[in-house]
Amino acid sequence: MHEMAVTKDILDIVLKYAAANNAKQVLGVGLKIGELRDVVDDYMQRFFNYLSRDTIADGAKLKIEHAPIIFRCSCGETFQVSIKRVMSSKPTICPYCSGRNAVLNSGQEFEIIGIEVI
Amino acid sequence: MEIRYIDIKKTVLSDNTDLADQIRENILQSNIFMLNLMASPGAGKTSLLLETIRRMKNDFRIGVIEGDIESVVDSEKVAALGISTVQLRTGGECHLDAPMINEALQNMALDALDLIFIENIGNLVCPAEFDTGAMRRAMILSVPEGDDKVLKYPLMFSVCDALVINKIDTISLFDFDMEKLHMQAQKLNPHIQIFKTSCRTGEGIDEWCRWLRGEIAES
Repeated sequence: MHEMAVTKDILDIVLKYAAANNAKQVLGVGLKIGELRDVVDDYMQRFFNYLSRDTIADGAKLKIEHAPIIFRCSCGETFQVSIKRVMSSKPTICPYCSGRNAVLNSGQEFEIIGIEVI
Repeated sequence: MEIRYIDIKKTVLSDNTDLADQIRENILQSNIFMLNLMASPGAGKTSLLLETIRRMKNDFRIGVIEGDIESVVDSEKVAALGISTVQLRTGGECHLDAPMINEALQNMALDALDLIFIENIGNLVCPAEFDTGAMRRAMILSVPEGDDKVLKYPLMFSVCDALVINKIDTISLFDFDMEKLHMQAQKLNPHIQIFKTSCRTGEGIDEWCRWLRGEIAES
């Protein structure tokens, strides 16, 4: 259900921009989604297909770019951490200084980058 | 026909977030503090709310916004304490969003309130996405739900200011690793304040209320 709530918002924004640019059809939607967002691509596409029936975005493909999870250490360096590691009970260790106090810097993005239209 | 690419670069749900910012500013000007309380069904949202209200109602004029999919049982319990409540029956929606809270606030006597609690709908997924305009967000995790919830709902743990571990009186019955939970929650959210409470024995509720009073004073 989580995908349904956000997909409705995505469709509203897409249709608004498409209309403002006199588009006849939306072919694709570019999205950037952080790995921590816990979004299932297939569900999003399925909900988008359902919600966009009878609109000019019917049939549009979601093109999802997954943004990595980045931690920032107190030494100033940033580094990528896999979702598996974040979700494990192991501490996050900085590869530069071996510090264990790095905090989440990014990985929660949820952005509509743009749309392909004719 | 030529394919065109239109740049949007807009964060999903930003209209909701913009309205939430506006709500926050408006209620701040009315000297009201609002808390968004979230949890899964049965974690003890209403129980914690009732215990909190009992301890704070002599010092604050309290109002409650109740989110419930169909019923009004929770708001009846709160109203029995003499607290004004607005019930949002969302009819199937799984979260409260800023437009719903905005409408609820229009039905409340804001000049007669200092503190508003939002009892969000029982769900750890969708409510994490939607800013309601509250100054702080708190979530309840009850011991029987297990210590692995951080792994399953990372966004919720990363957006909350406080984590209340409720039903702490049952901890001896479950394999609940408190240390592991602390470590995982703080990895996602180093500023999260963690409280251990039992609405049955009253353990930890005063400490939670002390934090809440501090946050109210600060904002």
